[in-house]
Amino acid sequence: MLVVDDLHVSFGGVTALAGVSFVVRPPSITSLIGPNGAGKTTAFNAITGYLRASRGRVTWDGAPLAGRPSDIARRGVVRTFQKTSVFPALSVFENVRTGLHLRGRAGVWSVLAGARRVRAEEARLAETAREILAFVGLDRRRDEIAGELPYGEQRLVELAVALAARPRLLLLDEPAAGMTGAEKERLIGMIRRIRAADVTVLLVEHDMKLVMGVSETVIVLNHGRVIAAGAPASIQAHPDVIRAYLGSSSAPA
Amino acid sequence: MIGRALVVASALALVTAPAWLASPYHLHVLIMAGVFAILALSLNLLLGYTGQLSLGHAAFFGIGAYTSALLALKLEWSFWLALPSAAVAAGLAGWAIGRLALKLRGAYFVLVTISFAGVISLVSINWMELTNGPLGLPGVPPPELGPWSLRTKTAYYYLVLAAAALAYLVCHRLVYSRIGRALVALRENEPLAESVGIDGTRYLVLAAVVSAALAGVAGSLYAHYTRFVSPEVFLFTYTVTMVIMVIAGGKGTLVGPVIGALLFTALPEALREAMAWQWQMLAYGVVLVVLVFFLPRGIVPAITARAARAAAASRAMRPGAAPR
Amino acid sequence: MEQLLQHLVNGLVLGGTYALLGIGLTLIFGLMSVVNFAHGEFYTLGAYAAFAVLALAGWPFFAALAAAIAAGAVLGALCERTLLRPLRGESIDTVMLVMIGLWIAMQNTELLVWGGVARSIPHPFPTEPLTLGPLNIAPLRLFVVGAAAALIAAAWLLIQRTRLGTAMRATFQDRDTAALMGVPIGRIHTITFAFGSALAAAAGALLGPVFLAYPSMGDLASLKAFSVVILGGLGNLAGATLGGLLLGVAEELGAGYVSSGYRDAVGFVAIILVLLFRPAGLFARAERIG
Repeated sequence: MLVVDDLHVSFGGVTALAGVSFVVRPPSITSLIGPNGAGKTTAFNAITGYLRASRGRVTWDGAPLAGRPSDIARRGVVRTFQKTSVFPALSVFENVRTGLHLRGRAGVWSVLAGARRVRAEEARLAETAREILAFVGLDRRRDEIAGELPYGEQRLVELAVALAARPRLLLLDEPAAGMTGAEKERLIGMIRRIRAADVTVLLVEHDMKLVMGVSETVIVLNHGRVIAAGAPASIQAHPDVIRAYLGSSSAPA
Repeated sequence: MIGRALVVASALALVTAPAWLASPYHLHVLIMAGVFAILALSLNLLLGYTGQLSLGHAAFFGIGAYTSALLALKLEWSFWLALPSAAVAAGLAGWAIGRLALKLRGAYFVLVTISFAGVISLVSINWMELTNGPLGLPGVPPPELGPWSLRTKTAYYYLVLAAAALAYLVCHRLVYSRIGRALVALRENEPLAESVGIDGTRYLVLAAVVSAALAGVAGSLYAHYTRFVSPEVFLFTYTVTMVIMVIAGGKGTLVGPVIGALLFTALPEALREAMAWQWQMLAYGVVLVVLVFFLPRGIVPAITARAARAAAASRAMRPGAAPR
Repeated sequence: MEQLLQHLVNGLVLGGTYALLGIGLTLIFGLMSVVNFAHGEFYTLGAYAAFAVLALAGWPFFAALAAAIAAGAVLGALCERTLLRPLRGESIDTVMLVMIGLWIAMQNTELLVWGGVARSIPHPFPTEPLTLGPLNIAPLRLFVVGAAAALIAAAWLLIQRTRLGTAMRATFQDRDTAALMGVPIGRIHTITFAFGSALAAAAGALLGPVFLAYPSMGDLASLKAFSVVILGGLGNLAGATLGGLLLGVAEELGAGYVSSGYRDAVGFVAIILVLLFRPAGLFARAERIG
């Protein structure tokens, strides 16, 4: 279970998060929505160690979640980035194999000695990489250079890399941005299958249809605070949410 | 196919070199090339794989040389103990630099490495009781293997060849492993690497330690070959030469730095008659600028890319090949 | 006590020229983000230009200073146009390597032209030191610190009070907006680099007669310039001025009270310590942006 408790983040004189608290229960698909500048990506950055919170705590699995991003990844909390982030000069396969880092255990000494178990581990990792590529549907692209792929497929590479790190909590930052309708459908299917594999998914998204279609819980952020949380239907009718998105005058679209 | 044949041919040529080389002087050039190949490989680990430029690598070379020489001269340790000790001493210095400086990155890291090398250089000049200052340490004993002294050029050549092969193996194993992937990931996209659990500091420090230790090995080999160590090992020209070897040869490849080392050890010797040393260094400066503009990835990648294109083209030209 | 004051005075003389070096580099490294390892070579160029003018052509001292500044500016502009402009947008490492290449090329050109023997640069000042109370100061050194102060003041005025200076500051704070406002970005880059190099050359022309001129004098000058920039904070003119003075005084005190062999280590140690503990520089007020 992820517990975010009274998180405050400010930088450059701007208060991005002014006391954010919410809970994500495993396994589930939870969405974090809100108008631009509400603090969604900031919350991701603070939870995963890319930003330091000035106040508040984050707890995962009963223990405080703190430290560098790599420490947090080791706890099973993995995130993707708002701006598509891959290893651009590497092939798709190499991207995913790099993401498998935590699943390997070979250390300097065994590597230098050329130990047999290192070779066995490498074979195992290569096999896992192929499985993950098949899952996201990129196995045909495995030898292509990631930086040269079309945008939507780069997003899939990013997802594959995140999955490679064996997350138990997966934070997806606008995974559907720039995707076609068909790609979004496939993405929804993947998210559901990830959830079925007992991985908790927390996603930031702007596509309301996708959000309402796939989420079990929706949390709404505005001006660095949580203004509503609950099932999709109740959020859609929530007056504060409507006001936050559309201003105080309009009725729901 | 051609690549494999080339490798075998080169290996044979290297192993039989003392037999077919014209003079001991040429063997001397190969020995120096071997020492520099180890140095270039070590710098390449940092520059080519982590993307961090260390301009203080001469410091690790010098620490290795002085450690090995002092242990052999003052404590009468055998070469076979002095060499690993040199690696350890240099590795420790690399650890210190890595831990302190790698959170700096980029230009700041470069500056810290230069400053570190500067301080070490000044220490070697001023700490007369230990290093004998500018006068240096003469009479460093050559290695002994049982009853034989590896004093001859031929014997030393095989020692350096073995050491260079070992250094290459170390780099190869490291680079083509989970660790190597972590280093490349940190170079390509550090935040993404961190997000999948790759601890930047830990792996960069590791690269710094291995890199420094290898440079220390090169230093020890140098010291017991020339049998004289002085603060001149810290001269910036050595660092510059190393950098050119890596960049010209091809950073981020393993063969590149070796080729670069051979080229830039043999070339000055070949040109020694024709050109004064200052003209060569001037040429180095120009070459560096030209490389950055026209061959940024280095000679070896340019050649392999051209070979790959030629192979693809010839495949496409064969009758029955599908139109592209 | 008198010895302390004497060291302080000598330190200020050195420090004035270090400040010149540092101001030039803080513009180039701090504002343009160019890791200019060749900065010290412009310092050497200035010294040799002064030598050529004074020893060979027999012109007066001020002409030598002017010649050095002109040489620095012209060569700096040339380098920026041919080497840096095509590389704008490339990674900082690429530019760094090109600057290293320039460094080697310039130094060895100087070796070939002037030879490796150190040259003494003649100057018109009497060698008898002036006595000001408890202090002795050679007239040359007095001139050096005065000229340095004048040049520093001129640099400040240029940056803070002229339209050119405003254009420079605008370019490096927000290039796109400056471009939209009609600032000629390319020319500003060239002018900034030329200006910084000219200041380095001036420092060389001033310190050359105090010590000697030799081709590798630029190596230490480069590093000390970086030291000053790091001490003062990147792009921080006041910091570079204070940092330069601080470094000069620290070196003199270190050489006088600790050991003269390690005097150059002060700059190195300063770089390491500041980058480790206060990377924004000693004089940074608020948080660093970017």
